[in-house]
Amino acid sequence: MGKFLARRLLNYVVLIFLATSFAYVLAATNLAPRDYFEQMQPPPDPELVNAQLDRLNLNDQTPLAERYVTWMGGALTGDFGQTIQGGSVTDQMLMKAGVTLRLIVVATLIGSFMGIAIGAYAAIRQYRAFDKAATGASFFVLSIPTVVIAIVIQVGAAAFNDFIGFQFFRYSGEYTAGIQGEWWELLINRVYHAILPTLVLALALFAAFARYQRNMMLDVLGSDFVRTAMAKGLTRRKALFKHALRTAMIPTITYFTFTFGMLVSGATFTEKIYAWHGMGAWLIDSIARQDVHVVAAVSWFMAVTIMLASFLSDILYAWLDPRVRV
Amino acid sequence: MSIDTIEGHGPAPEAGATADTPVLEVTDLNVTFRGFGNNPDVNAVRGVSYSVRSGEVLGIVGESGSGKSVSSMAAMGLLPDHANITGSVRLHGEEILGLEDKVMARKRGKVISMVFQDPLSGLTPVYTVGDQLAEAVTTHDKKIPKAKARERAVELLDLVGIPNPEHRYRSFPHEFSGGMRQRVMIAMAMANDPDVIICDEPTTALDVTIQAQILDLLRTAQSETGAAIVMITHDLGVVAGFVDRLLVMYAGRPVEIGTVDEIYYGSRMPYTMGLLGAVPRMDLERQGALVPIKGNPPSLTDLPPGCPFAPRCPIAQPECDLAEPELLTVGAQPSAETIRATSEENGQAPAQVEDTGDRRVACIRSGEIETNDWTAQDIYPVPDIPEAEGTGGEREHRAEVLRVHDLIKHHPLMKGAVLKRRVGTVYAVDGLDFDIREGETLALVGESGCGKSSTLMEILGLEKPQRGSVEVMGRDVSTLSKAERFALRKDMQIVFQDPMSSLDPRMTVFDIIAEPLVTHRVPQDEITRRVYELVGLVGLNTEHVTRFPAEFSGGQRQRIGIARALALEPKLLVLDEPVSALDVSIQAGVINLLEELQAQLGLAYLFVAHDLSVVRHIADRVAVMYLGRIVEIGDTDSLYKSPSHPYTQALLSAIPVPDPEKERGRAHIVLDGDLPSPANPPSGCRFRTRCQKFVTLSAHDQEQCTNVEPQILPVNGGDQGSACHFAERQEGAV
Repeated sequence: MGKFLARRLLNYVVLIFLATSFAYVLAATNLAPRDYFEQMQPPPDPELVNAQLDRLNLNDQTPLAERYVTWMGGALTGDFGQTIQGGSVTDQMLMKAGVTLRLIVVATLIGSFMGIAIGAYAAIRQYRAFDKAATGASFFVLSIPTVVIAIVIQVGAAAFNDFIGFQFFRYSGEYTAGIQGEWWELLINRVYHAILPTLVLALALFAAFARYQRNMMLDVLGSDFVRTAMAKGLTRRKALFKHALRTAMIPTITYFTFTFGMLVSGATFTEKIYAWHGMGAWLIDSIARQDVHVVAAVSWFMAVTIMLASFLSDILYAWLDPRVRV
Repeated sequence: MSIDTIEGHGPAPEAGATADTPVLEVTDLNVTFRGFGNNPDVNAVRGVSYSVRSGEVLGIVGESGSGKSVSSMAAMGLLPDHANITGSVRLHGEEILGLEDKVMARKRGKVISMVFQDPLSGLTPVYTVGDQLAEAVTTHDKKIPKAKARERAVELLDLVGIPNPEHRYRSFPHEFSGGMRQRVMIAMAMANDPDVIICDEPTTALDVTIQAQILDLLRTAQSETGAAIVMITHDLGVVAGFVDRLLVMYAGRPVEIGTVDEIYYGSRMPYTMGLLGAVPRMDLERQGALVPIKGNPPSLTDLPPGCPFAPRCPIAQPECDLAEPELLTVGAQPSAETIRATSEENGQAPAQVEDTGDRRVACIRSGEIETNDWTAQDIYPVPDIPEAEGTGGEREHRAEVLRVHDLIKHHPLMKGAVLKRRVGTVYAVDGLDFDIREGETLALVGESGCGKSSTLMEILGLEKPQRGSVEVMGRDVSTLSKAERFALRKDMQIVFQDPMSSLDPRMTVFDIIAEPLVTHRVPQDEITRRVYELVGLVGLNTEHVTRFPAEFSGGQRQRIGIARALALEPKLLVLDEPVSALDVSIQAGVINLLEELQAQLGLAYLFVAHDLSVVRHIADRVAVMYLGRIVEIGDTDSLYKSPSHPYTQALLSAIPVPDPEKERGRAHIVLDGDLPSPANPPSGCRFRTRCQKFVTLSAHDQEQCTNVEPQILPVNGGDQGSACHFAERQEGAV
């Protein structure tokens, strides 16, 4: 088992390296940092621009391979180079990663838990009102891109605030600018700001999980081992909970990895719309600023989170299903 | 689940539970599955009544769809919500139908428990076997300490014969073989010393030698717990020696009930008679044609008004269609005139529903059958199968259609994803020798995993084998060119096991049968003529050709499969378990058809089967396989009458015979353990690890078994040969 996980981990490291390299090459060949400087008012001296680009390792006159080796050499030691404005990418990334991870982790927990619970219950109540409502809701959510959901919820929250006359929902920023007070007041303020964006991400995840879990659960509901459990003297509820649900969750766990990628990209837009200074918003801004290093670094971060999710589902899978623990 | 119980009927629960009260009493049970949307309701069980007393064994037999499982699931409270149940189920005199799930759960597994059919899917894959067993104990005794429950589970594992129970407690279900899983299921059912154990086809999914072990175990379980047993099965052999009383079901109705001897030796219901006549008998030398019951069981959504069996019954009268006959004692059935009279008044005579323990039959002509002492052969038109021409000659003088010499098929066992390395070999087929002559049937028998199917695939592939040779029609297949191989395929065709999945559901019957002809470029008008000819040959109607396979029943589909195989006029037909997926009454028709075709067309059959009764009926010669090798081969009569290899003896002795008296008198040889893995076969004789003879040998002789692989040597100076160092022909295994 340990060997299996170690091998998987090694695979992931290689994949992360490849993903980051491709992202760097793609960004370096398609973004034009030179334009960023040349557009400045007043236009700077071309010599100065060259010098600045050289200092940042962004000069398109240096061969791509050389730039890549320099950058990757730094990245391997934890230094992702400098932003186009001259700051350290690594320092900023650590800050923004916290924001994004907070959003993603909470949304994942809420979304997948709700999805699995509602999906499993819908399967038990197949073709009844609850199942129909859950199915309708999940298909509705699945058919709308996250961006639209984010905006619709924001508009709805604004209208709601107008209606009740004070700002109940907060839909901009991570916390109220310049707020001061006790630590718990700060915390509540942050939680308030987090409700809507987390809800947006959790909704999309919930819909996917509910559909999937429902199908998995339907597969095991009629299975012989659930019947055996009941014949032993378990009540239907207990047999379903202890024997059916656990077995039905095994495939859902692998599905988790796939949805996580969706979630990370969904977070990009949600952060931007709700004015959170996370990785996603940073990525979009950096593309506009022609910032090669940030784009590559954010790609590295996304690769790492997705691989971590994958690794986590490997462990969960092994924990849930004894058949793979060989 | 909506339930109506019969109110004010019988004794009150507390007062009535005397020593004489049946442990389980089912009265007038009806189960209807409500159809969703526009689907009609399914009347799965209609008016079933039976009772079992302590220590008694009741058998319920019937074909698939007869409602035998559903009725017992209803008694256990295991049916889904959309089942509509009426009637009464009493456990020790107490009404249990309609109890809340919570209350019922306390009885399930404690007072009444159940063993299910498929042990492979019956255990939750994610928990250890021991934990699941301990759960059966802890569910009913919440206060029992974990260690105590564990101890009990180990004890139970030991009791049902799991070797090394302490260690196997921690195994997961996938690490157990089918037979061992069924043992665990039985242990689970025994865990709380229940008063009734319902066994729903407990051995159907298992091999015969394992079936013998499990039946033995069930007998132990009964003597251990003193429980009443309800044995549900379609196998008339299994019930013959095992049960005291028998209930026969058809289309959701009980049609006959009585002691096992009464029913086997003097059935008064045409359906039961047909069923008994349709079973191929391993213990009879010349049985003649089987009794085929024409037609198919009725659809449970749309039952005929009268007796459900009337459309298939050879002695049906117009009165049979007027009203469904009640289950009454022989001779107590109303006369034809009374039935006509009551049906005109549209009133029904009050029927006695509960099980009185008397022998009762649901047939209005039962009295007539009794007085005339009719047997199945009297009332069913049995086809007359002509003796084949040309088969009279000596075997040696007939042409060989297939010769297999030293055939081998080894699969490498690989490990690793990128860098594959060979870690072992599966010896699927390991040196087979046999031949088939014109017009004869060779049966290849053996338990699952013995290499029967691998052998077939090797032969049908017409490729050069890994070692040895395959000769078809006298031509070595390894020397064939592509065109010759294509042409040779005409001579050898196959009929598959599962008629449900071996026909393309999107092709009409015409296209299915015509496909081989089209492939071999037969002219179009010739194809049409040939397809109609074939359809008639296999007993289907001409109007069937435009329909799709989904519109046919299993038996009819298998006929389509046979027609397809015959299209190219092959000389050798390979039959891969052609009847094992069919019900007994349907199976008889297909077997008769195969015999007729052989006599008519002079076909040779390579018949692969695990059912030795069918084999005795149809085969001229038999080859018994064990772990990739033939252990005994010979003409059917000598082999069945005096088998010489210990495995053949055990195999034959393990099969229950559908004759209660004979069955009770037989001593079964029960083999230990499971089939060893073909990746790691024992040295020397492969059978020695399970051999009943090996243990009786002297140390010196045992050494020979361990070190020297026995070769097939003739044992009776004739056709019969056996691969055993100490082969000894023994009579009376059957």
